[in-house]
Amino acid sequence: MIQYEVTFIVDPVLSGDEIKQTAKTYEDLLKDSGCTIVNNDGLGLKQLAYPINKRTSGIYYVVEYSTPNGTFLPKFELALKRDERILRFLNVRLDKYGVKYNADKRAGLIGKKREKAKEEVKEEVRKAKPAAPAPKKETPAPAPAPAPVAVAVADKSEEE
Amino acid sequence: MASRDDIKFLSNPNIGSQRKKYCRFKKFGIRHIDYRDPDFLLQFINEQGKILPRRITGTSLKYQKKVAVAVKRARHLAILPYVADLLK
Repeated sequence: MIQYEVTFIVDPVLSGDEIKQTAKTYEDLLKDSGCTIVNNDGLGLKQLAYPINKRTSGIYYVVEYSTPNGTFLPKFELALKRDERILRFLNVRLDKYGVKYNADKRAGLIGKKREKAKEEVKEEVRKAKPAAPAPKKETPAPAPAPAPVAVAVADKSEEE
Repeated sequence: MASRDDIKFLSNPNIGSQRKKYCRFKKFGIRHIDYRDPDFLLQFINEQGKILPRRITGTSLKYQKKVAVAVKRARHLAILPYVADLLK
């Protein structure tokens, strides 16, 4: 069994039912082709990084499926390509690490790991650049400084 | 007579020595790069959206290839831009 993952972007102009129906069409198509759907995930409305077909946002869907053979794949991709409701799609074969990653992500393990890794990187950056936090402290410092000047000016004006 | 200990460096000897770069994938044991995670991929592209070279990020060859593929997939799906200005 080979595991694949298809990500597609559905046109946001369609109504909610039509969007769900579009996603379901392809799930059914996969099921009819003898695939078992491992997971399907709607990522929701997202802003596109660049316009596609004059649309600036799209609804992302991710479907993971496993199949004994890939004979239906050309048909499946052709169907996606011909569908005007779909802005973009990407069909990817997952290696064993990808399968594990997705399983971990569903279990909620990945986010924490990422954050830990990021924190470690940040700490190292801090260690490497001890001077970096210092200017931050200095930047708020000038703020109170003008106040006495203003007071002084005010005093002067009062004296005058 | 000046002894050997008295001889001072003409320039700061620490200037040339850079911190050793490392491959973050090997160090943290990341085996799979998710192309749907733009925040993570942003670390490997510059402000114009170009993929940074290995000599700057320190990524090993094995994972640099995977990073490149992940960034290209993300671009195809409009998760990352092909061309940008002031991305970061």
